[in-house]
Amino acid sequence: MKSKLTRRRFIKGVIFSGAAATTGTGIYLAANAQSGQSAAERLVTLNINGRERRVDVLPMETLANTLRYKLNMTGTKIGCNRGECGACTVLIDGVPNYACSVLTQNVKDKAIVSIEGVKETDGTLHAVQQAFIAENAPQCGFCTPGQVMSAVALLNSNPRPTKTEAAAAMSGNLCRCGAYEHYLNGVMRASGQLA
Amino acid sequence: MPSHDVMPNMELYQPVQVEDALAIADRLADRGWLVGGGQDTYGWLKDRAKDSDALIDLSAIESLRGVRETADGIEIGALTTLTEVATNSVIQDKFSLLSQAAGVVASPQIRNIGTLGGNVSQDVRCWYYRRGLSCYRAGGNLCYADTPQGMNRDHSLFETSRCVAASPSDTAPALVALDATMVIRSLDGERTLAAEDYFVGPANDIESTTALRTGEILTTVRIPNTWANASFYFEKVADRNVWDFSLVNVAAAFKVSGGLVEDSRIVCGAVQCTPRRVTNVENAIRGQAKNTATAESVAAMATDGARALAHNGFKIPLMQNLVKRAISA
Repeated sequence: MKSKLTRRRFIKGVIFSGAAATTGTGIYLAANAQSGQSAAERLVTLNINGRERRVDVLPMETLANTLRYKLNMTGTKIGCNRGECGACTVLIDGVPNYACSVLTQNVKDKAIVSIEGVKETDGTLHAVQQAFIAENAPQCGFCTPGQVMSAVALLNSNPRPTKTEAAAAMSGNLCRCGAYEHYLNGVMRASGQLA
Repeated sequence: MPSHDVMPNMELYQPVQVEDALAIADRLADRGWLVGGGQDTYGWLKDRAKDSDALIDLSAIESLRGVRETADGIEIGALTTLTEVATNSVIQDKFSLLSQAAGVVASPQIRNIGTLGGNVSQDVRCWYYRRGLSCYRAGGNLCYADTPQGMNRDHSLFETSRCVAASPSDTAPALVALDATMVIRSLDGERTLAAEDYFVGPANDIESTTALRTGEILTTVRIPNTWANASFYFEKVADRNVWDFSLVNVAAAFKVSGGLVEDSRIVCGAVQCTPRRVTNVENAIRGQAKNTATAESVAAMATDGARALAHNGFKIPLMQNLVKRAISA
């Protein structure tokens, strides 16, 4: 909620400055090498897992690439890289999105949570992670970070989902091992509905 | 054709005001690519099947987001996400047909970022075309799908003209059924089109599925109260429940009085390049009881004029059955 307000304020600020100086000011041109813009405009500040990270980002770079190859946060997996598998799911302002299909330049003013930011600062696993272990949800484990992110987002907005609601919320995450039922049981366990 | 993991190098414009976006779109003309949520665009770019010099990202334009009630209906900003369209209480109250359609698009994550404007303006899903082959739609002089060996079970039954690709959108049939109006802006001003006229088939323009011209931006979708709280029916049939595009979908609205259909809109998606209004069925059921008997008697009319390709013949009974269900529900 807090991040949402912050984002609103940011955008209003940009609109205001644009209105004050007419056309052109409201435009942010993310520079690329050929356009002769200074590299400084590629240096952006991202809010990832509650920390500010300064990172050099290409105009057309996806968030998944930035996380994995610029910030070395390789917990976010790239499966299909086409928004068709869900392995790269991260939370953007609390909402699950495919990091492979979001431009990093588009999330400069948003709060990003990746799988690395889900556990407590003292290392205690999130209830979802603990429940997934208890239910033997991961088999090969490649889809697990994405499954965790979708489950965390669901429980943040709906702490006691029905199994049908859970299935709908988790439906954008493929598991090629076919451990869907285990993941669903994990969500029910994490929400305290399965002893 | 190689597939790439990274995006091509392009300029990126992120205007926050419509006026700026229009100026950039006008200046760049064919060298600019308008993008809402990007869920259709990024695949094209990663595959290097289409390219452009610059991306004009509209997603930061807050004034194009959200749902507003007006004197005679509602206005939905084109950048409103499909999740917002599916969960907005005003749309759910008055036009649940659209909520339902938006709620079954792709996957939750894609609905969270994909926009209504993008969903109705997305390109067709013919795999030959999206593979970057030089087909009619890509400016070539041949259709790879409509050949004896062509894989065309997802393709069109009606109104094919060289290209046989089908409309992929789930919200488009709902908007046509609701008599929506598309508001289109350019530097020259604003023009409006009935949703039905926004979608363009290959006979009229083989390279674009919408009436949008260079420099134009779809800014708003207006839905009049004409069909508010009518009796609605939406159903999507696809191979998979998530991600997949419709094999056939139906969006229908009925005004029923004393059990009789006063007026109706029945629109099917994925059966031709544009949403297909089944006007002969609409006319046939006017004044008839809205029940299974009526549905049975008119269902076959729904596919009058259909021409099946080698592998999409199943769409004919599927479309008839969906129309039948819509009327009997």
